[in-house]
Amino acid sequence: MSEIPLEHLLMLSTALFFIGAYGFLTRRNMIAMLMSLELMLNSVNINFIVFNKYLFPDTIEGLGFTIFIIAIAAAEAAVAIAIIINLYRNTKNIDAENADHLKH
Amino acid sequence: MNLHLLVIAPIVTAVFILFFKELRQVRMIALLGAGFQLIISVLLLSTFCNERAAGNTAPMLFYNSVEWFSPLGIAFTTGIDGISLSMILLSAFVVLAGVLVSWKMEKMSREFFFLLTLLSAGAYGFFISLDLFTLFFFLEIAVIPKFMLIGIWGSGRKEYSAMKLALMLMAGSAFVFLGLLGLYFSTNVGNGQHTFDFIAISRSAIPLDTQLLFFPLAFIGFGIFGALFPFHTWVPDGHSSAPTAASMFLAGISMKLGGYGCLRVATYLMPEAAHVYAPYIILLATIAIIYGAFATMMQTDLKYINAYSSVSHCGFVLLGIGMLNETAIAGAVMQMISHGLMTALFFAAIGMIYERTHTRMVAQLGGLLKVMPFISTIFIISGLCSLGLPGFSGFVAEMTVFMGSWQHTEMFYRIATILSCASIVVTAVYILRAAGKSIMGPLANEQHLSLGDATWNEKSAAVLLLSGIVVIGIAPFWLNELISPDVNGLMVNIGRTFIP
Amino acid sequence: MSLATTIQLIVLLPLGSFLLLGIFGRKYLSSLSGMIGTTSLLVSAILSIQTAYQYFFLNTAGSFEKIIAWKMTWLTFSEGVSIDMGILVDPISVMMLVVVTVVSLMVHVYSLGYMKGDERFATYYSFLSLFTFSMLGLVIAVNIFQIYMFWELVGVSSFLLIGYYFEKPSAVAASKKAFIVTRFADLGFLIGILILGFEAKTLDFVTLIERLTTSNSPYLVSATTASFLGASALTWGLLLVFMGGAGKSAMFPLHIWLPDAMEGPTPVSALIHAATMVVAGVFLVARLFPIFSISCPGALEVVMWTGVISALFAALIACTQTDIKRVLAYSTMSQIGYMMFALGVSGYGNEAGLGFTASMFHLFTHAFFKALLFLGAGAVIHYIHSNEMKDMGGLRKSMPITHITFLIACLAIAGIPPFAGFFSKEEILTAAHHANPMVYYIALLTAGITAFYMFRLYYNIFWSKEAKTAHHDDDHHGEGTWSMKIPLLILSVGAIAAGFIPFGSFVSSDGHPLHIPFEISAAILPVIIAVSGIALATLFYKTENDRPDKLSASFQGIYKTAYHKFYIDEIYLFITKKIVFNLIAQPSAWVDKNIIDGSMNGLASLVVWKSNLIKSIQSGKVQDYALYFFLAAFGITALTIYLVN
Repeated sequence: MSEIPLEHLLMLSTALFFIGAYGFLTRRNMIAMLMSLELMLNSVNINFIVFNKYLFPDTIEGLGFTIFIIAIAAAEAAVAIAIIINLYRNTKNIDAENADHLKH
Repeated sequence: MNLHLLVIAPIVTAVFILFFKELRQVRMIALLGAGFQLIISVLLLSTFCNERAAGNTAPMLFYNSVEWFSPLGIAFTTGIDGISLSMILLSAFVVLAGVLVSWKMEKMSREFFFLLTLLSAGAYGFFISLDLFTLFFFLEIAVIPKFMLIGIWGSGRKEYSAMKLALMLMAGSAFVFLGLLGLYFSTNVGNGQHTFDFIAISRSAIPLDTQLLFFPLAFIGFGIFGALFPFHTWVPDGHSSAPTAASMFLAGISMKLGGYGCLRVATYLMPEAAHVYAPYIILLATIAIIYGAFATMMQTDLKYINAYSSVSHCGFVLLGIGMLNETAIAGAVMQMISHGLMTALFFAAIGMIYERTHTRMVAQLGGLLKVMPFISTIFIISGLCSLGLPGFSGFVAEMTVFMGSWQHTEMFYRIATILSCASIVVTAVYILRAAGKSIMGPLANEQHLSLGDATWNEKSAAVLLLSGIVVIGIAPFWLNELISPDVNGLMVNIGRTFIP
Repeated sequence: MSLATTIQLIVLLPLGSFLLLGIFGRKYLSSLSGMIGTTSLLVSAILSIQTAYQYFFLNTAGSFEKIIAWKMTWLTFSEGVSIDMGILVDPISVMMLVVVTVVSLMVHVYSLGYMKGDERFATYYSFLSLFTFSMLGLVIAVNIFQIYMFWELVGVSSFLLIGYYFEKPSAVAASKKAFIVTRFADLGFLIGILILGFEAKTLDFVTLIERLTTSNSPYLVSATTASFLGASALTWGLLLVFMGGAGKSAMFPLHIWLPDAMEGPTPVSALIHAATMVVAGVFLVARLFPIFSISCPGALEVVMWTGVISALFAALIACTQTDIKRVLAYSTMSQIGYMMFALGVSGYGNEAGLGFTASMFHLFTHAFFKALLFLGAGAVIHYIHSNEMKDMGGLRKSMPITHITFLIACLAIAGIPPFAGFFSKEEILTAAHHANPMVYYIALLTAGITAFYMFRLYYNIFWSKEAKTAHHDDDHHGEGTWSMKIPLLILSVGAIAAGFIPFGSFVSSDGHPLHIPFEISAAILPVIIAVSGIALATLFYKTENDRPDKLSASFQGIYKTAYHKFYIDEIYLFITKKIVFNLIAQPSAWVDKNIIDGSMNGLASLVVWKSNLIKSIQSGKVQDYALYFFLAAFGITALTIYLVN
């Protein structure tokens, strides 16, 4: 099995990150924004794994961080969804445009 | 005698006030505090005179210095001379009268008297400070409570006025602070240390270019407090929206902080720059005097009339300072005292009228002499004092300023003096117009017939201020003896010959 | 009692009565106040007469020196320049002490009847006392600033008394006008004081006069060399001081306040606006007379012309007025004009000083007959309840004493021998005849007009038509109480006898007695003119006829102009209303509200606008913040990379 070059994998994670970033900045639906956020987190995860595998094959810190991030992402998703649900209960709406209470 | 008592006593009074709620208790404490303060001031006066008579010619008596923040060279240094002592006496008179006229302040009385007492602490602290930082500190204490006094207990467009006053005075403080920092960094007391000490700075030679840079900052900063044209616009709005006691305090004491600062800090510490900028000061002061007087003629609200006339009268203070000679500066100090007492009395009279008739518009008033003879008489007397009638303090102060101003022989100074003299005619016009319509003439409103005359507290406030005015007016030599040695002392610095 | 104590008492008694009545009068002393005021004045008057007797008759020196009886430094301005309070005793101040206290006493007594039952009786007496105190302080002044201070105080007492009936808008307006016009004149006075004080380095009269009259003194040299707009500093100083005097003495063109001042109670007009305060200007010029005469004849010429013009001008107006008090007011102005130009034509010392003596003499006699005229007019007004001539006529039967005393005063003012006015006027005319023929003829013409209008007044009040019966129905007080009649009688004695005083032996320009020979030849022409003036008035006004109307119709233009006081008031109104108010005061207020305050508010709005701009970045939207976050992250990364490379 020929090795996939490092650059390809980094391109994938970069693409994934920017797709996520784009989605996060442009989508108005908070669920969609959350999903975009997950994409960015996953691109970071890929980076960790790839660098671990290609640069320091003898260690597993990268994998550890990845698992850590997945756990945090799950917790974060739980909190975010809780906020979104509460927002929905109050405003019947989960559009990020309307949620500018931070200003006041 | 410990000068700290002058600051501690009002602060203790203010704290005491916070423990009580009822108007009756609160006002009694405030009255006792203000009365105590007056007693201390009078004692201070007698001790001071004894010291001077005993041959103590130190520039500052009762000197005392306590370390406050030594790394920056800040100390709580206090001391007084005749000029600051006369200011302290003025403050004591005005504060006591202010408490007396606010006798029926039902609304949030505890907070009102607390703030009023706190203000007085700021004023006393300012006048006794011999350290530029503490001086600034007390200047600030004397600003903030005014914002609340006007904003909460005021009338008319009170929020607007309170905001305007606070912002403009804060801007003034900012200028002052820059000026003070400039002075601070130009001093050197060894190992790169600087000092805020007033006496040390007065003895050091500050380079001319530093002075030229920082004199305008300090002068304009204090000038804003003292209604320097064109930064005087807080005066009419602020005074007219404020409750009576606050108006009295503002015009009687607060504007004097400015005049005193212009003289003591800006001019005295940076005399060479003062000589350079003197023509501009005189120009602005003359404009303020004559233009303030004309603007007053067009006002229809009694408080606005008095506020604009304050702009005109405070112009005399700045004119006297700008003339930079002994007579004129003595006149400026006298004018500060005289204007403080007189305008406080005037505001007190207007406040009493407003409290009864619920209007201050000249057009809606008339024939009050028939209804409330005492208040009307006080109104007319303060008007006559304002237009410089001999026998009252205003005459003494204005004439001293004029005599001093006339000593300059250049055409520019002469014209400035003549124009300033001309303002006394304009003053007569607006005072008589106001008095002629509201106090004399036929009764404007039948309902006013049922109104009562002054109560005991109002009478005693008026008599208190009036006694000060009349004593200065009839025996000006006392005040002159008190201040003139120290004005002489100031002249040692200010009169330094300047070589351009 | 020493001289100082006596004069201090003379001055301080009215002050004491003012304070007593002013503070406690209203509540506690209402009924007593008249007696308190009158008693204190009585003591003052007796002491003044005693002082005059001592000064003039127990004097052995042969000449009358200026004595400074008492002096204290009141306020020091700088080395040598100070306001001093003190007592200067010299012939004119002693004469004025007598005039002021005697006339004031008469008015005090008269007012007991005239003001009886008035609500503010105590206030009235306290104001009268205040005025008397200020006037006395003025005449004994040792220092030019002292005179200025009391000058202002008499001004304010005059304001208070004119506005005494404060509920009448016209009285309030008149009091304001009087105060403001004189205040404007006082501005000149003040600047004049500043100039003279600066040049002479002193404010004391004695030193001031000495320094500015000694030829070649450094002060005089600097004062005459410093010049501005073509006149020397000394000329400016004296002219400006004279402006103050002209304002107080109602000289043309600063006279406009005097006729209106008649709104005050009539006894007040007699005291302030006839006998005492209005002659303060004459007194001031007389006080500074050596400087005027020796060092600055140019300024004295201005005094002369002002006096002559005022005398003629006021006499012309007086012929047309119908309010009896206004006629008297204009006649006062005219007579003061006489005093002024008498000073103007005078020289200093010996025979040349005839005009000075004549002026002071006229001031003295005028005080009696003019006060008498006003008090008589007061009695008429008290009886008729009107100031207008048309409501009067035929009163000679119902008011016999008033009628006789009024006639005496009219004869005196017209200059008929042997009444007081004849002698003083004759001296003035002689002085003018020596000095300036032009002035002499104008003065002669004025004397004729004076006789005419005074008798026009007299006939209109006491003769002319028959008295209306309506007034007899409510004739409950008759001619007035005895307190009103006695002053009339006493003053008429003065109006008859004052002329026989050999005035020159007491009052002269340099203090040395001056013997004035009486020349019968010089007196013939003025008397003829006065008599013909009276004859003309008799022809026109003694009985009701249509001759006056015909006369006024044929000279309609002049008559109307004079009736409207030559439109001087209108000119002033134009200047104050149209120019001062509309072109100075209103723009000032507008500029302040809109431009100065506007720029301050504009500054505030600018800050608000800017902060709104910045505020919009903080939209509160998560995505905006995230965008800034990303952009910033990129920016920082790019910067780091750039810096590292």
